[in-house]
Amino acid sequence: MTTPNLSVEIAGIKLRNPVMTASGTFGYGAEFAPYMSLEKIGAIVTKGLSMKPKAGNPTPRIVETPGGMLNAIGLQNVGIEAFKAEKVPFLRTIATPVIVNLYGNTLEEYGELTEIIDTIPEVAGIEVNISCPNVKQGGIVFGTDPKAAFEVVSLVRESTLKPVIVKLSPNVTDVVVMAQACVDAGADALSLINTLTGMAIDLQKRRPILANITGGLSGPAIKPVALRMVWQVAKAVQVPLIGIGGIMTATDALEFILAGATAVQVGTANFLDPSAAATIAAGIEEWLVANGVSDIRDLIGALKTDR
Amino acid sequence: MQFKSMVLSNVEVSPSYFRLRMTAPPTISGSQPGQFVMVRVNPAIDPLLRRPFGVFDLGTFETAYTDCGRQSFLEILYKVVGKGTALLSDLHQGDHLDILGPLGKGFTFGEPAGEKLLVGGGVGLAPLYYLAKELVKGSKVNLFAGGRNKDDVLCITEFERLGVETYVATDDGTLGTRGLVTEVFEQQLAKAGPNAMIFACGPFPMLQAVALLAEKYQVPCQVSLEAYMACGVGACLGCVVKGKNHSDSTPDYRCVCKDGPVFDSKDLLWS
Ligand SMILES: Cc1cc2nc3c(=O)[nH]c(=O)nc-3n(C[C@H](O)[C@H](O)[C@H](O)COP(=O)(O)OP(=O)(O)OC[C@H]3O[C@@H](n4cnc5c(N)ncnc54)[C@H](O)[C@@H]3O)c2cc1C
Ligand SMILES: Cc1cc2nc3c(=O)[nH]c(=O)nc-3n(C[C@H](O)[C@H](O)[C@H](O)COP(=O)(O)O)c2cc1C
Ligand code: FES
Repeated sequence: MTTPNLSVEIAGIKLRNPVMTASGTFGYGAEFAPYMSLEKIGAIVTKGLSMKPKAGNPTPRIVETPGGMLNAIGLQNVGIEAFKAEKVPFLRTIATPVIVNLYGNTLEEYGELTEIIDTIPEVAGIEVNISCPNVKQGGIVFGTDPKAAFEVVSLVRESTLKPVIVKLSPNVTDVVVMAQACVDAGADALSLINTLTGMAIDLQKRRPILANITGGLSGPAIKPVALRMVWQVAKAVQVPLIGIGGIMTATDALEFILAGATAVQVGTANFLDPSAAATIAAGIEEWLVANGVSDIRDLIGALKTDR
Repeated sequence: MQFKSMVLSNVEVSPSYFRLRMTAPPTISGSQPGQFVMVRVNPAIDPLLRRPFGVFDLGTFETAYTDCGRQSFLEILYKVVGKGTALLSDLHQGDHLDILGPLGKGFTFGEPAGEKLLVGGGVGLAPLYYLAKELVKGSKVNLFAGGRNKDDVLCITEFERLGVETYVATDDGTLGTRGLVTEVFEQQLAKAGPNAMIFACGPFPMLQAVALLAEKYQVPCQVSLEAYMACGVGACLGCVVKGKNHSDSTPDYRCVCKDGPVFDSKDLLWS
């Protein structure tokens, strides 16, 4: 068989294969260049950016849990100015689309930040993080209240010509309602899921392990939840979806694609193996060859649920 | 660098302390003392994350097959404290491991003429051995080793074999003097020559005491820190410590994995 087609498109961004890296788990790209040719993956999503540099939370910030990890980094990042000065020059040298993940402390900040990013030619698209637990107005209101989500996504959509991807939180009762609100507001694509709020306790000390008390759960432990949410949302909306959550292998990635994702993001797996995303992309190609599938797009949403 | 490595030996050198020697690519010889490796203790998802360990020793050995010639090895010294290190302690010769490293910034050696004062607590002696091996080539090296009891004071004879002068202190007096290693250390520090340099690795309270003494006697001091790590390469921002300018209003966090694990003690906030 000839080499299968692995390329997909997310809101106009052409990916050579459907494997991207998840925000916050791949730095700004350069950290991983010594371990993997960045040209082997579909896209890079950078650490969540804010207007001003952000220092993040006190330590300890991470703890391992069975099949996963909790993090309470607190969105530490260099801020938009340093991003432009220090990170963009490297990103210019790689032939892989770069998507900037951003968040604002206020509604206005989402808009201002988007306007600045809109002027950076090296940025192929914007991923809006509305699941940040540190925002004003009642915390993660943007990610859990469909009205607030509609407002913030509308503003971002008006502030840029670049593709807008909205990253959804799993910490909601009905993810479909949130997805619908974001699509109604003009989101070109949705990525799901962000981390699940969790907690770990040190019995001897009778204290929570994380300084922040709670943290975001990621890794293999969350995959079933993520798969279910991708599948539910895929049935309800027409925009492309990016599946995220516990993807460690090509098999995991293909399951998300069957459930309805056009592409996937690899997060925690990058910590275990800095070339994980490239290995997963290569594994997908092998699977397609072995199973006589000539185009990855034939698998998107091809899950059979009848008995 | 990421490499597959084979266990050459895994020996319990003191109750719950092991020395694990494994094969490594020749480029490992470029490691600086103080750098560390991230070890994937098994290919399954539990434990999920890699575990960081300082480079205890590097070298080459003659392989049984003459056509292979000399091969490089990497050694770590570890204490069994939980799930990951317990799994490591079950490894045998011929088992395989996945290693990432060497990572981070190591120790700066300073002028050869100056006296080198190494301070280590428990498993904090691990990176100091490889450091001592390099320093003895040109400098006089003193080691101050501390622990709760004699079982926590490791590989002293190996240090002595390098020509290092050693001072030992234990909390219970089962080896060396009774008390804190920092007390013995201060006596010598007070007598140290003008170009002396301090290198310390161990529990945080010990490093804190050493950093204070370094300030008091105006001697340059480098400390090697530990932190919980996920990625080891500066991407997750999980491993940060407070830098010297840190305050709640102007936070200043440094990555232990990338900006360290070795820091100038003056660059950190100790309170
Ligand atoms: C740069 C660096 C170098 C290190 N070098 C060495 C070394 O040479 N030899 C050695 O024995 N250990 C070293 N450590 C500590 C070592 O990484 C931990 O002991 C190990 O990860 C514990 O894994 P575990 O699965 O056995 O413990 P877990 O089951 O994960 O935890 C058990 C207990 O171990 C302690 N612990 C866990 N992770 C860490 C950590 N990263 N740092 C400190 N304490 C921890 C905690 O008290 C925890 O409650 C180093 C750590 C760092 C960051
Ligand atoms: C250490 C860490 C930092 C993260 N930082 C961000 C972030 O800045 N912005 C964001 O949208 N998601 C962030 N995430 C969430 C991930 O992008 C991803 O959604 C989540 O980890 C689930 O995927 P995984 O199970 O493959 O890791 C972070 C996750 C981790 C583990
Ligand atoms: S361990 Fe990930 S940044 Fe240091």
